[in-house]
Amino acid sequence: MSTTDETPTSPVLVGLAWLMVGIPLAYGLWQTLVKASALFTG
Amino acid sequence: MRMSRLDKQATVARPGYSRWLIPPAALAVHLSIGQVYAFSVFKNSLVASFDTSLTAIGWVFSLAIVMLGLSAAVLGTWVERSGPRKAMLAAALCWGTGFLVGAAGIATSQLWLLYLGYGVIGGIGLGIGYISPVSTLIKWFPDRPGLATGMAIMGFGGGALIASPLSNKLMSVFDPDFVPTEPGAVASSSALAQTFVTLGIIYTAFMLAGAALVRVPPGHGDDRTAEHSPGTNGALVRATEAIRTPQFWLLWVVLFCNVTAGIGILEQAAPMIQDFFREDGNSSISAAAAGGFVGVLSLANMTGRFVWSSLSDRIGRKPTYVMYLGVGLVLYLLLALFGSSSTVVFVGLAAVIISFYGGGFATVPAYLKDLFGTLEVGAIHGRLLTAWAAAGVAGPLIVNGILDSVGEPGNLVAADYRPALLTMVGVLAVGFVANLMIKPVSEDHFDHDAHALNEDRISARQEATR
Repeated sequence: MSTTDETPTSPVLVGLAWLMVGIPLAYGLWQTLVKASALFTG
Repeated sequence: MRMSRLDKQATVARPGYSRWLIPPAALAVHLSIGQVYAFSVFKNSLVASFDTSLTAIGWVFSLAIVMLGLSAAVLGTWVERSGPRKAMLAAALCWGTGFLVGAAGIATSQLWLLYLGYGVIGGIGLGIGYISPVSTLIKWFPDRPGLATGMAIMGFGGGALIASPLSNKLMSVFDPDFVPTEPGAVASSSALAQTFVTLGIIYTAFMLAGAALVRVPPGHGDDRTAEHSPGTNGALVRATEAIRTPQFWLLWVVLFCNVTAGIGILEQAAPMIQDFFREDGNSSISAAAAGGFVGVLSLANMTGRFVWSSLSDRIGRKPTYVMYLGVGLVLYLLLALFGSSSTVVFVGLAAVIISFYGGGFATVPAYLKDLFGTLEVGAIHGRLLTAWAAAGVAGPLIVNGILDSVGEPGNLVAADYRPALLTMVGVLAVGFVANLMIKPVSEDHFDHDAHALNEDRISARQEATR
């Protein structure tokens, strides 16, 4: 473990981490929106 | 003593480590364990597979939620001391193992293995996983604790949104005869078991990615030497002392009442909307539209966790709960009296009520931080979650008990729901009063040694940066 390394975290790593959770969440949200739309059309 | 890569001290972030990597790490865990709220997608198939009753299968979910509350309470201090990485690893192993043991139970028609696997082992994974990132998030975001925990706990709501379609997809891949959209469709035992194994592997890998990513802030490798954020009146209280304060138990009542009232709607959502708009035995709401209503509530539940918890950073925790319980009470009353006037009114009222239900979960860690400080906030949160477990049993018991006395959901009308809804108005009123009674914690409960050391550390840091 280094305590002297002051390099800021790469924005790419931050973006990838958010994509890792964002993609499945977007899939779930989309599927739920499709299901929810039945309330207004069904 | 040799330090393991899992130890808290080994997970201290290097200077420059972005705190915006911590919410995705937390979300990786919460999105995985949030699957538990999608357990109902397996219900019909499990009933057919084990040739048993819906109640017997329903116990799997109840057991998991009770174990969540118990393990969070019992293991909260261990999670706090061991740090988020070790806790997330333990949660991943328990949650994954729970699915695998459950799959073995399905494959061999041994229901007790499903109870043991998904219910007990998986339930322990739920409890550890739920609290594992909370105190770390509060320490990384001392300026916005509501936003930080709201993001993670939103994931618990979001997990069900992912798991429900994913599980249906997997079951239809393993059993091509299974068509999830067909009413009463059941997947074969083999497809169920394979789905459980697949989900166990996916969730373990996903949670391990979160464990690899998580870090504690610089200076927080050892709680004895870390600089803690005190509560609003300078409080730093240990978990064993916190449970001796009236504030803890008042907040316990607040959470219990908020969850009980929310479950009142969530538990019966689909039959409830059909019953509310039933005339001469026929409902104007189709089964598909009722399913859509469940989807709307899931979205409201998830959104409320993030939006209201973030708002609490601006308006304060107590006013936020005044809104959840006070406005919630009025909305519940309007639902009981005027819910059947139009579907827009019904859906709108129910959606806001459920957003308050979700918000109540997400805001409570920040409320604890305000009352007790960050010294052992994770462990205190773990103990508070027993209120959730208790409400998970009490809520459905109250609603089902009252509805059973008037008929059967699916054949009722709006007026039949009034006694149950008005009971929930009373439950919310109790929570409302309990919240108003919460005052800052007395100094008698502070850990004075930790407080003095913390003051010294803050002074030393301010001196060094001057």
